[in-house]
Amino acid sequence: MKVQTKDALRLKPRSVIPFGPQHPVFPEPLQLKLTVEEEMITEAIPVFGYVHRGLEQLCAQRDFHQMVQVVERVCGICSVMHAMCYCQAIEEIMAVEVPRRAVYLRTIWAELHRLQSHLLWLGLFADSFGFESLFMQFWRIREKVLDINEATAGNRVIVSINVVGGVRRDLAAENVRWLLPILEQVETDIRRLESTVIDDVTIRKRTVGKGILNGDRARELGAVGPTLRGSGVAQDTRQTGYAVYAELDFQPVVETSGDCYARCRVRFYETLQSIDLIRQAVAGMPPGDIAVTVKGRPQGEAVARVEQPRGELFYYIKADGSKNLERVRIRAPSFANMPSLVTMLPGMWFSDVPVIVLSIDPCISCTER
Amino acid sequence: MLANELIIGLDSLLGEAARLKRDGYRFVTMTALRLNGTRTEILYHFDRELHFRHLRLTVTGDATVPSITPVYFGAFLAENEIQDLFGILFEGLVIDYRRTLFLETSIEPAPFCRFNVKRKAKSDSPAGEER
Repeated sequence: MKVQTKDALRLKPRSVIPFGPQHPVFPEPLQLKLTVEEEMITEAIPVFGYVHRGLEQLCAQRDFHQMVQVVERVCGICSVMHAMCYCQAIEEIMAVEVPRRAVYLRTIWAELHRLQSHLLWLGLFADSFGFESLFMQFWRIREKVLDINEATAGNRVIVSINVVGGVRRDLAAENVRWLLPILEQVETDIRRLESTVIDDVTIRKRTVGKGILNGDRARELGAVGPTLRGSGVAQDTRQTGYAVYAELDFQPVVETSGDCYARCRVRFYETLQSIDLIRQAVAGMPPGDIAVTVKGRPQGEAVARVEQPRGELFYYIKADGSKNLERVRIRAPSFANMPSLVTMLPGMWFSDVPVIVLSIDPCISCTER
Repeated sequence: MLANELIIGLDSLLGEAARLKRDGYRFVTMTALRLNGTRTEILYHFDRELHFRHLRLTVTGDATVPSITPVYFGAFLAENEIQDLFGILFEGLVIDYRRTLFLETSIEPAPFCRFNVKRKAKSDSPAGEER
């Protein structure tokens, strides 16, 4: 007869720890109900409802032009992409042909937005494992991008340049003259931090092998953006060629290890890619109008998607010919990445939770709307 | 009607979902649409190599829809959201918040719904209840 030792009979203490909704590592309120055995996560259930504003329902009260300002406020950090995706869907329903220059301008502001969002995230990510000086360096660089937004669009974060039929501001030649040198300085500053982000032993210790998601699992769970590309899947919504991406030379940034380090590398190199795309768009931007007058009311339904900093942003719009839309459905990338997060956490140590959660760049305002 | 769309019934939903998964489609999201009367449409959006595929299902107010989460685990948030906002119940949801994903337990009417819905009566507590 096999005799069980005292150690084998001992049960591991199991408890449920509420992580959030207010936590130093979360810029927005999210709660994770973490079931832990000793210090090891066995289950993670996200709890939402802290910033649900019912913005989709506002389409019944605001006309389809005003809804541009509503969708921009789903999330400040990616407001350009929300408005761009919404406008693309309305323009498809109404068969509006947007002027070429406006499409280039949308692309430039979208990439500036991706750049500032990734720099914000890189700072927050550094902060999640206590690398305060790196956090400050990234946010110092980000200030230059916000200054560009302010000087060109009048606002630093919610730049509000998209309208149905084009954009509301042009980029004058003198703006382009100072914009490119500032971007060069931003690129130099980012490259100066490359060796720290990529090679620093403390960063690697906190990120390598943490929160692993392989490519097949990422696809199965519906992951998008850097979370998907960090798992070796070369999929980027910009490959569909919306705006002017079909004319720009770029390849998705892909890493294969599927851990927090891979997702960090993807976002880091995407900042440099955004700068390159802005340069290409500025160089190829044709002269011409920046918007067309949109007459009539939309009738029909359409889907649109763009690549937000966190991944694929999806809009479904249905219009019945009145000034208000019948339905606006928004699926933000953080919503799509939550199932991946739920499966990344089990098996990880409790101390790694902040880093793993931050690695998907969760945006709760986008998720809940 | 959307391009590349298939109209399905309740009995063929799970089979279609399983077929799409076998064919390499990624689950994108679901959209619920309130129609006239007590009818609601549910659109299932999938993607393969950056091309959409949509399934369109029409249900009446009190119908219970089979959950596709046993096939696509990633659909659990979208189905819970529809339960919250439209009051349509999903059978077999792997993580069921029972209409508390975004709403407080005290809120009975579904915000996007013109008719009343009832919460599922089950003894065990929903996911994320102790907010």
